[in-house]
Amino acid sequence: MAEETHMHRRHHDMGGLDAGPIDRHEHDHAPWEKQTDAIMRLLVAKGVMTVDELRRGIEELGPGAYDAMSYYERWISSITGNLLEKRILDPAEIGRTMDEVRHRHETA
Amino acid sequence: MMRFHPGDEVRVRSWQPPGHIRTPWFTRGHTGRVVGMLGTFGNPENLAYGGDGAPRQPLYRVRFAQSELWSDYDGRPGDTLIVDLYEHWLEATR
Repeated sequence: MAEETHMHRRHHDMGGLDAGPIDRHEHDHAPWEKQTDAIMRLLVAKGVMTVDELRRGIEELGPGAYDAMSYYERWISSITGNLLEKRILDPAEIGRTMDEVRHRHETA
Repeated sequence: MMRFHPGDEVRVRSWQPPGHIRTPWFTRGHTGRVVGMLGTFGNPENLAYGGDGAPRQPLYRVRFAQSELWSDYDGRPGDTLIVDLYEHWLEATR
């Protein structure tokens, strides 16, 4: 197929493309990854967002971020983006909280 | 109301719209056969943007010959692949 027909093939839709070797090792999840999973389950259970919105947000990360991020980094980035879109969170609130967490870690 | 039934030959629409699409690129425009029905679900293309998913869409299991999907397939001739596809992405071949 000609390159221009790939205009709307999104980066994640890579079935059949050469993606290199697959890491099949089992690995443990960090506590923040388990928290991310729990946050998503709660948001779905409470009807705040859907798994379809999660996927859409991940697809919209863009090729660079999509490839660089780990699985749950993609999740938390998409969750954050969706909650910003829904005006449940606002950027200043997130910035303030990130500062507080950083301060807590530095003084711990 | 289901438009297709097991045994029906279907072609995946070769649409290329932007947006959140669950129909894998590699199936588009290819012909397969319905082998099962998974139920009716909210349309993810609408749910993904905060919609309610209406109208709900029947979801089918469609079996493709690997040689139909990949022109350079060099596995066994009888190999197949089953993909879950929503009804609005399928059209009858006759």
